[in-house]
Amino acid sequence: MSEEKHKDNNSRRRFLKLGLLAGAGTVATGALLATGKSHAEGSGETVKVLTTSGEVMEVDKNFLTLAPVDRKESHEGIPGRKFVMVIDLAKCKNARKCVESCQKGHNLPKGEEFMKVYLMQDSEKSAPYWFPKPCYHCDNPQCVSVCPVGATYKRSDGIVLIDNERCIGCKFCMTGCPYSTRVFAWKHEEAFDSKQPYSPEKGVPGVEGTVSKCDFCPDLAREGKLPYCASACPMGVIFFGDIDEDVVTNGVDTFKFSELIRDRAGYQYLENLGTRPNVYYLPPVDRQFPVDRGYESLDEDIKARYDNTPYVKNRKNKEKKS
Amino acid sequence: MSKTTTDDLMREFAPQLEHTGLKGKIWIALLFTLVLLGIFALYWQVSRGHIVTGMRDNVVWGVYIVNFIFFMGISYAGALISGTLHLFHAEWRKPIIRMAEFITVISLLIGPLYIMLCIGRLDRLPNLILFGRIQSPITWDVIAISTDIIGCFIFLYLAVLRDLGKLRDFSELKVPSWQKKLYKILALGYEGKPEQQIRLKRATDIMAGMVIAIAIIVYSVLAWIFSVTLQPGWHSTIFGPYFVIAAVYSGSGVLIVAMYVFRKVYHLEKHITVKHFINVGVIMLVLAAFFGYFTFSEYLTKWYGSEKNDEQLIRILFKDYYFFFIFSNYVGVLMPLIVVGFKKLRTINNITITAVVVIIALWMNRYLIVVPTLESPYLPIQDARAAWAHYSATWVEWTLTLGGVASFCLFFTLASKLIPIVQVSELKEEPKEPADIYLR
Repeated sequence: MSEEKHKDNNSRRRFLKLGLLAGAGTVATGALLATGKSHAEGSGETVKVLTTSGEVMEVDKNFLTLAPVDRKESHEGIPGRKFVMVIDLAKCKNARKCVESCQKGHNLPKGEEFMKVYLMQDSEKSAPYWFPKPCYHCDNPQCVSVCPVGATYKRSDGIVLIDNERCIGCKFCMTGCPYSTRVFAWKHEEAFDSKQPYSPEKGVPGVEGTVSKCDFCPDLAREGKLPYCASACPMGVIFFGDIDEDVVTNGVDTFKFSELIRDRAGYQYLENLGTRPNVYYLPPVDRQFPVDRGYESLDEDIKARYDNTPYVKNRKNKEKKS
Repeated sequence: MSKTTTDDLMREFAPQLEHTGLKGKIWIALLFTLVLLGIFALYWQVSRGHIVTGMRDNVVWGVYIVNFIFFMGISYAGALISGTLHLFHAEWRKPIIRMAEFITVISLLIGPLYIMLCIGRLDRLPNLILFGRIQSPITWDVIAISTDIIGCFIFLYLAVLRDLGKLRDFSELKVPSWQKKLYKILALGYEGKPEQQIRLKRATDIMAGMVIAIAIIVYSVLAWIFSVTLQPGWHSTIFGPYFVIAAVYSGSGVLIVAMYVFRKVYHLEKHITVKHFINVGVIMLVLAAFFGYFTFSEYLTKWYGSEKNDEQLIRILFKDYYFFFIFSNYVGVLMPLIVVGFKKLRTINNITITAVVVIIALWMNRYLIVVPTLESPYLPIQDARAAWAHYSATWVEWTLTLGGVASFCLFFTLASKLIPIVQVSELKEEPKEPADIYLR
């Protein structure tokens, strides 16, 4: 049984790999045209890609570095995709690799994060657990509804993006989002001076006085890669995939999305608000790590961020008594 | 006969247009300095980014939005109070109606500036038009406020037109020649001919009705900016009417204070009597009762139902904002009820002090609507810099607040130097019945 499942898994992984590679190939050929001149020098290393016509082609590795899609194209969404994320709370130990990798990937200044890890405790007697929170890329996004200039928009692939070159910084979307997902560039950062061409898909370089947030890394998806958070997580907490293809993967394990949600009682957070999030959580059952470990291993300045949680308050009271 | 009376009145009010005393000059200079300080603070904020304010990722709107709601609120003084009094032909309104309309137009010019201060990229403001989305309540607001400004300005202008004609024709007026020319241009050839009077009367009646309607829409739209979001303290069905009532309430307070100040400064004791204070005071009392009722229903339902997030909000309100809450929602409601409610307490001074308390209470009420809600989102404020969890306004925000109040006073003072603060022509000249005009 388990062998069969393993085999099944394996074949699915192979399928997925091919799919992702195909995705990369289609884009790469497009990119070849776009960036062929600027990347005239090849590296000598070649990679096999699948073209749109189904042929396998060898392409120089340098040509695979994709030019970011422009603002207009970034409004469309990747054709035929509908992205979804599943976060397995049972495995999260607040290693914070998702946070760090996301910050690095998006060139975020220190102390500003798209991904946050909450120390949740649903009620007084219930057990605390770590709760990574990206943007939920809702199907009924309040932020998009309230934006006065269409600077934040919903794409065909389900991703909600922000165009930092149009955003006027009114922050209405920040009050509109019930999940406190969005961050504001309160001042000019050095990282904003980067010369690389701006694309809403990358969100880099940032722009002072505008809003930004987790973007599900569509630029990586175009390359067939997982988002920064998913690939950085040492515990494989974060699964990313396509809800129409019914598949999610954390890079190691691949599941049928519907089966995973069914078997592990997946849920959406505060879905009663009618936002229809595209991020699902698997409940924190049979946890592999105690919550304490995720707290004790933190640096002092990060620890301070959890000071107002009941868990930390209890902990400090106990320390005082003993 | 009636002509001499108007000339007498002109003679009485001419000094406020002709001279500015030393005290007046110092006052104007002081206000001007405060406005300059505000401009400096604005420069500071624009050059250094919004980091110089107390606003952060959780509390994204602070004192600026509070001031915005506040100034939009007091603009109701003219729109609803003077509009309504006009339509009901309340004779006693005449000496105070001009002030009310000044308050409206001036606060309408200042209010929207505060929403600009919240905007991170002022250079991209044209996007509101270029890429405007009608689905967004901000777009509704842009449309509503600009309509309101135009409407209220026309209403004020129609009311001022007769006086401008008088000022142009009054030969004894000793003002610089540019000012006379200005009167001549602005008077638009109004000479008080019967057909002109009829036209003016009709236009004023229409505009009085319009500004009432527009004002209600504007303030409801403003309330919807908050109540269309899902935030626990904002997502409320009564916010529209609640905001409208709170706005007229604050407008009546500001009107009383303006009456008091101008009565003292320009010696208008003969025209503005205790009767006016009591009448506007009674309006304020009725509004206080409404306001108290709305506030009570709003918080009662939240507290009684005690949904998790509402409970959290109520806890913050009664813990961190205890003083604010008591002052704005208890003192601010009960004081007018008591002071105006008991005949013995109805003196000019008492009513004015009450009005000042009401104004402050309503400012605080808006603060309580904006800030504590943002401090208690659905997801607890965690994993963010601890200093970012709570909002406290910085010197930049306070200076700009002060600058806004100062510019309100400054514009008001300057306006009273240009046009008599009391409607001269209508005091004696208006026919007793509207039919007198139409049937002439």
